[in-house]
Amino acid sequence: MNEPDTLGAGLAHSGVSRRSFLKFCTVMASLMALPPGAAQAMAAALSQAKRQSVIWLSFQECTGCVESLTRSFDPTLEQMIFEMISLDYQETLQAAAGEAAESARDEAMKSSYGKYLLIVDGSIPTKDGGVYSTVAGVSNHDRLIDAARGAAAIVAVGTCSSYGGIPHANPNPTGAVSVSDIIKDKPIMNVPGCPPIPSVIAGTLAYFVTYGKLPELDHIGRPKVFYADTIHDRCYRRPFYDQGKFAKTFDDEGARNGWCLYELGCKGPTTYNACATIKWNGGVSYPIESGHGCLGCSEPNFWDKGSFYRPLSTPLADNAHIIAAGTLGGIAAGAVAAGLSRKHQTHIGEEK
Amino acid sequence: MDLLQFARGPALTWAATVFVFGITWRLVGILLLQRSPDFSEARNATSWLGAIKLIVTRSWPRREFRQRTLFAQSVGYIFHIGLVIIVFGFAPHILFFKALTGLVWPNLPSAVINLTSAITLAALIVVLVRRLSHPVLRLLSNFDDYFSWLVTFAPVATGMLTVAHFGARYETLLAIHILSVALLLVWFPFGKLMHSALVFISRGTTGALFERKGASI
Repeated sequence: MNEPDTLGAGLAHSGVSRRSFLKFCTVMASLMALPPGAAQAMAAALSQAKRQSVIWLSFQECTGCVESLTRSFDPTLEQMIFEMISLDYQETLQAAAGEAAESARDEAMKSSYGKYLLIVDGSIPTKDGGVYSTVAGVSNHDRLIDAARGAAAIVAVGTCSSYGGIPHANPNPTGAVSVSDIIKDKPIMNVPGCPPIPSVIAGTLAYFVTYGKLPELDHIGRPKVFYADTIHDRCYRRPFYDQGKFAKTFDDEGARNGWCLYELGCKGPTTYNACATIKWNGGVSYPIESGHGCLGCSEPNFWDKGSFYRPLSTPLADNAHIIAAGTLGGIAAGAVAAGLSRKHQTHIGEEK
Repeated sequence: MDLLQFARGPALTWAATVFVFGITWRLVGILLLQRSPDFSEARNATSWLGAIKLIVTRSWPRREFRQRTLFAQSVGYIFHIGLVIIVFGFAPHILFFKALTGLVWPNLPSAVINLTSAITLAALIVVLVRRLSHPVLRLLSNFDDYFSWLVTFAPVATGMLTVAHFGARYETLLAIHILSVALLLVWFPFGKLMHSALVFISRGTTGALFERKGASI
């Protein structure tokens, strides 16, 4: 069956009304804080755009990022995304397997060379020649380099592909690294999170399809439209932080009254993400609203930044033994100094 | 390891270790010093009462000098009390002490801490200006005085910026604040900040001596 040539035709073919399409564009433009006219521009651009070829490679990962995208609350959004792009290779979602799947990917890479968008989830193991994760006998490292060569841009979805994530955590037995640690000559956008918010993935893809480029990124490659503010900045519990009202345990009166979870180890003040504004499950809630502190999952090395339940203002580790040693050392040094002084005084007294 | 990890990790651990090492070294070294034998007959049976009395009386302006010392002593009290309120009343600081000692106490409202911080900061600036503008004080001041002022001022200033999320990203501000505290801890036992412990020992010793001799306190 011949697929419609443009997105507009494709959506019409799928029975998506003009009103629904405009609504989608307005939501996307609003999510990305674009100017009011951008929704119309986005609608115009998208309706005339050809479906963007996308190749999605999954490396050392848990499939949580794909789960997040596919289990989004609002299926209309996901339907839009899947009709906006031509998802030519995605191991979890595709029906094909084995050599058929591999050849489909190779064909897509060949036919859209230099134009396709490469999405990567999962970190890339580099230790021992990358043997810890291979697909069809090819290491993730080699597959990434091969696929990146013909990509117009790369989107690293999830903290693993963005910064190494959990596989990168100390002691990092597989030598896991991020996409940007390996690929240096392509535009790369990181969409971190464990997993990322579905609307953030959708929004960034819509931006690329609309404008043919990646949105403005922050210093660690994240789209500023979604990662400019901390969770803490936008948290509905923030007024309680400002008042100095903190929950002491997860089920005390303060917790039930919605007081700030800072004392319970919330990493919201140091975590940049859109959880507090876009939220999860179609805007129903996000971790802090559900009663648990932020883990900081969209930040580099979040797994190695001490306990999730240790407040930000405290030392990272229990260092009582080092401080006790310092105290004993001080007592010993003081005793020795006093002893020397006494000896000196006695010596002076004898001389007199 | 990012800056905040460094600040909360090795920097804080080693600063705290140097702090307790220096404090105990100096206190034990002083307390174990050999005392000169006093062969005079004691005029009072106990001397500790005089020690406490002198600690109290010397902490208050004497009537004869009140006119001249009231301003300096008032400003001194303002920032000292301010520092105590900030250090022991702010919730994140209490969490810090809880992590180190296991002790916990109720925190003050953030508005009180913010106001206290502003007043403390202003008082610290006043004492610096006075030190720089007063001809005698300026002559008496050395590196220790100015550096001790700096390591006291920096945590208050960076702490206010951190709470307000002003000037940089929160994690950077928090890291700088913790590093400024680490600097304070390292300097504390070896500079004039050690007066916070030694002031009671020196005044107490003098008071005890006065009491023994029957001098007016």
